[in-house]
Amino acid sequence: MIHSLFLINSSGDIFLEKHWKSVVSRSVCDYFFEAQERATEAENVPPVIPTPHHYLLSVYRHKIFFVAVIQTEVPPLFVIEFLHRVVDTFQDYFGVCSEPVIKDNVVVVYEVLEEMLDNGFPLATESNILKELIKPPTILRTVVNTITGSTNVGDQLPTGQLSVVPWRRTGVKYTNNEAYFDVIEEIDAIIDKSGSTITAEIQGVIDACVKLTGMPDLTLSFMNPRLLDDVSFHPCVRFKRWESERILSFIPPDGNFRLLSYHVSAQNLVAIPVYVKHNISFRDSSSLGRFEITVGPKQTMGKTIEGVTVTSQMPKGVLNMSLTPSQGTHTFDPVTKMLSWDVGKINPQKPPNLKGTMSLQAGASKPDENPTINLQFKIQQLAISGLKVNRLDMYGEKYKPFKGIKYMTKAGKFQVRT
Amino acid sequence: MSSNSFSYNEQSGGGEATELGQEATSTISPSGAFGLFSSDLKKNEDLKQMLESNKDSAKLDAMKRIVGMIAKGKNASELFPAVVKNVASKNIEIKKLVYVYLVRYAEEQQDLALLSISTFQRALKDPNQLIRASALRVLSSIRVPIIVPIMMLAIKEASADLSPYVRKNAAHAIQKLYSLDPEQKEMLIEVIEKLLKDKSTLVAGSVVMAFEEVCPDRIDLIHKNYRKLCNLLVDVEEWGQVVIIHMLTRYARTQFVSPWKEGDELEDNEKNFYESDDDQKEKTDKRKKPYTMDPDHRLLIRNTKPLLQSRNAAVVMAVAQLYWHISPKSEAGIISKSLVRLLRSNREVQYIVLQNIATMSIQRKGMFEPYLKSFYVRSTDPTMIKTLKLEILTNLANEANISTLLREFQTYVKSQDKQFAAATIQTIGRCATNIVEVTDTCLNGLVCLLSNRDEIVVAESVVVIKKLLQMQPVQHGEIIKHMAKLLDSITVPVARASILWLIGENCERVPKIAPDVLRKMAKSFTSEDDLVKLQILNLGAKLYLTNSKQTKLLTQYILNLGKYDQNYDIRDRTRFIRQLIVPNEKSGALSKYAKKIFLAQKPAPLLESPFKDRDHFQLGTLSHTLNIKATGYLELSNWPEVAPDPSVRNVEVIELAKEWTPAGKAKQENSAKKFYSESEEEEDSSDSSSDSESESGSESGEEGDSNEDSSEDSSSEQDSESGRESGLENKRTAKRNSKAKGKSGSEDEEKENEKSKTSDSSNAESSSIEDSSSDSESESESESESESRKVTQEKEKKTKQGRTPLTKDVSLLDLDDFNPVSTPVALPIPALSPSLMADLEGLNLSTSSSVISERTTPSKVGQKTTAS
Repeated sequence: MIHSLFLINSSGDIFLEKHWKSVVSRSVCDYFFEAQERATEAENVPPVIPTPHHYLLSVYRHKIFFVAVIQTEVPPLFVIEFLHRVVDTFQDYFGVCSEPVIKDNVVVVYEVLEEMLDNGFPLATESNILKELIKPPTILRTVVNTITGSTNVGDQLPTGQLSVVPWRRTGVKYTNNEAYFDVIEEIDAIIDKSGSTITAEIQGVIDACVKLTGMPDLTLSFMNPRLLDDVSFHPCVRFKRWESERILSFIPPDGNFRLLSYHVSAQNLVAIPVYVKHNISFRDSSSLGRFEITVGPKQTMGKTIEGVTVTSQMPKGVLNMSLTPSQGTHTFDPVTKMLSWDVGKINPQKPPNLKGTMSLQAGASKPDENPTINLQFKIQQLAISGLKVNRLDMYGEKYKPFKGIKYMTKAGKFQVRT
Repeated sequence: MSSNSFSYNEQSGGGEATELGQEATSTISPSGAFGLFSSDLKKNEDLKQMLESNKDSAKLDAMKRIVGMIAKGKNASELFPAVVKNVASKNIEIKKLVYVYLVRYAEEQQDLALLSISTFQRALKDPNQLIRASALRVLSSIRVPIIVPIMMLAIKEASADLSPYVRKNAAHAIQKLYSLDPEQKEMLIEVIEKLLKDKSTLVAGSVVMAFEEVCPDRIDLIHKNYRKLCNLLVDVEEWGQVVIIHMLTRYARTQFVSPWKEGDELEDNEKNFYESDDDQKEKTDKRKKPYTMDPDHRLLIRNTKPLLQSRNAAVVMAVAQLYWHISPKSEAGIISKSLVRLLRSNREVQYIVLQNIATMSIQRKGMFEPYLKSFYVRSTDPTMIKTLKLEILTNLANEANISTLLREFQTYVKSQDKQFAAATIQTIGRCATNIVEVTDTCLNGLVCLLSNRDEIVVAESVVVIKKLLQMQPVQHGEIIKHMAKLLDSITVPVARASILWLIGENCERVPKIAPDVLRKMAKSFTSEDDLVKLQILNLGAKLYLTNSKQTKLLTQYILNLGKYDQNYDIRDRTRFIRQLIVPNEKSGALSKYAKKIFLAQKPAPLLESPFKDRDHFQLGTLSHTLNIKATGYLELSNWPEVAPDPSVRNVEVIELAKEWTPAGKAKQENSAKKFYSESEEEEDSSDSSSDSESESGSESGEEGDSNEDSSEDSSSEQDSESGRESGLENKRTAKRNSKAKGKSGSEDEEKENEKSKTSDSSNAESSSIEDSSSDSESESESESESESRKVTQEKEKKTKQGRTPLTKDVSLLDLDDFNPVSTPVALPIPALSPSLMADLEGLNLSTSSSVISERTTPSKVGQKTTAS
């Protein structure tokens, strides 16, 4: 399956290579560089590149290309999904996944990669298991290791690897037993010129942070499970129980994990919590254009909208912009033509507004299209779909855990066409 | 690049000097080489000394630096002798790093690598399974041909190891050995055959992977394991699931008859793909009796369904392609929702999924039509995603949604991403040809675009309009006149060429304009692009033939210019045209037909999806993505006309009887079966060997034990499921038994015995569960397994004692075969009698409910979480 892995940074240096079968010369990456050059932008590099003897499958994350070399037919998603899992694992281990961090921890990285694949086939990808095999580096542990001479490498097969719950360590102990669940919903929407919704969908996840002693068996039920149109589960969730009773029943992994992701489809009406009023106009003859946008709340169920940022890719013809915001700060990068306005909180009484003029290239004709406005925002304590957790019960352990649940709504890919 | 040389210097663990040669050829610029000569040799010496020191910490440091070198792709091979000495180090981290080093360099230093072999052989016998496994991993990764026999032996031994983890590694080692020495194929197939029988979910994925790589054509090895694989599937780790599902898809296509009804064809033309029309007629004649799906076929389709909910995109895609290729068309619809969900994922995942959806949407529009809006393009999507979405939108366009789509396309045309805007225009063209109702609207829209400011947009519109006009017999004089005017402003060669071709083709319809255009073109001929020049020549020739009075001289002028053109194609064409149209004494018979040749009715081009020809590849494969047959691609066979004997999959019952009769053999088999309790057994593996003599006697007790363990984890539904499943199985086996009869008398008798007992017990089960009593005699699997953590220790003991004599034979068959089953049954098997179904259904429900009530009472932990 996966022969080799190359890590390439944005300037085109291969800074790490790992081979699971015979060594593949790094010159194979030349084909990748060629494709990269053709694509001009990093995100346009095709994820699958055929070369005469190999196939290069890559993912691009954190400004690093993870390029896997394979030689024979394999489902491409298999490799891509695995590469993403590698990135996630690195992030889990080191907090961030960046070139300097990987270079600093090259030995751990190598050991982890060695455990993740055998002969190119995934061996252990659950981070709970990996962490038992190779302990993530912490300052304390490094100090202890240098003094006592102990190692970061576990010498016993993690019990999870053989059990039916490979995602959970055995012998977990906490003094404070707590379980937190975050219901986070993202609204993906396209709003057209006139302010009507072209498409809107809600993508939700339930992220959990569970720190419970022993082998707790949890059940989580919803007030309105029917809302969930399409769900995908962490492997710990018992599918049958969900099918029959619409209850999430599971033995949780230890620590942070994503319990569930769901989708509330476009068929259900989605409440759009903000409106954007815009007036952007270019005139044919003059070298000045007018620009004005106003963001205001709409259907927020009484909650405040925070963390609002507005970004927009202005047309190439725009040389500069002189704008005044009623609140927040704004920047315009004349090179990338990217306008961003950090609005902050929206006060319903006084909707924030950004107004001013754009100076256009002299002589250039006016752009065909007005720029699209991308919006980011957050609403605390609200799940816009109306999803509500009913109760959380724990079985199998005697103690009383502390339970908490949090709701949040965010903008996902939220675009306003102007 | 300079940063590069920096990092080399600071991290240099030595060895750079030796690696210079390689480095220069590699993609990283050789600039990294500056200033390396100075201290290198010394540094290597330094590493060697550290490796030879007595202190582990020094060794560890040295190894860490060496691994750092390997990671950067530098040559550290000259340290081989020093490193290999540490292979037997007590420190596990040093050992692991040495392993990393060995795997990397053993191939280059074969003789020295042999020094380490004995260490691995010793480690293969280590009581710690992790050490056994990693020894096997490294041993099999050392690509040294001399040790092939040793590897073979190690694999054989490991494949019978008590630890499923070691057996998993053995399955991986099979592939390694095979790639090192394909001669070993036969022996390896034996090992694969053995491992395929393994009941551990840990092993299943890896051994199927080995099967796919070593002997994908030996489909006969799968028969006996087919049902087991189907049933284990949900519990296999996600990567294994992908491999198994792909393999089973291929298997199903060879073993079952097509579930696609003839009627389906009206709706889509998928069948044409797999067989010609004549075939089908024959088939309809042949197939008089109504189609009934093989229960095994159904089993696969049913058991893969829950995996659509997997968080792993590869698994979802694998299930989707399975449904696409082997399920009845009416059922394939359920995959679309899950595939659309994947579109939220990373760019790379989106790319692959969209490609597959594009192929699917050509054949079955209906599947994705409800999700039309999910394919709307966002301005932030990368271009490759945008074009794929556009492709899908085109495929989904129909009379009902075209007006919405066209409005959406209008936005896209204005996009700042011009490549995308151009693709949109192509798309509009395709919609116009596919849907007759909107052809005129599209054409008008495109004509409007001709006044667009952006040249690329205009050029693309011209090209598309040309294609559209060619398809339409109706006159479009106005449009052509409009386009003729554009010639003054447009500079893109393709567009100019298209306009000229259009005018030439319709020169009789625009008699006034055509000669004028030719005049203008004659003037600018020398400065035109080759593409345009060719079309000017064509235009001239056509006009000469239709309107020679006005254009004779002009054409001759152009032909003269063309005669001395730099491009040989143009000179060639000029010569050809002159001979054909200008009458002279030498001109042959052809010139009489010149007009017919030039102004022949030309067939309109077909605007087709670029994904049209992809569907002969299995979906979700690399070959499909690239539209090239990738190395190692395994063709999906056509459905067989007549299903091969389904009883081959039955054999496992007989197999079991065989396995259980000789008590001596029990030991190995046990280890394979009880994967749940493995971890415990591992600790006292020394004891277990002595125990195993009496194993056959105490088997059921043991088995029960392992169940109790497992139930901690597996859900109550799953467990009750296994009970139910076994009921089904029994029924089925009973049915088939008549077929299998007469194969071996004594075994058959035994089997019969067992069977009757099992069915008894399953009856008892259902009744006992209905009572929801936990009495020890009525203890059944579903009971024992259901959340027995609640059940106190004494109770457990009691049940064990009580059960042992009773269920002895019974549980052998039941538990061991169907224990790991946890597949939810979505659809009832049609072959089942309705009464039994009802029973089973009731059984299932009652267990789960009883479990719940049982649970809620003792544990008062349940506390309401107040949702804020």
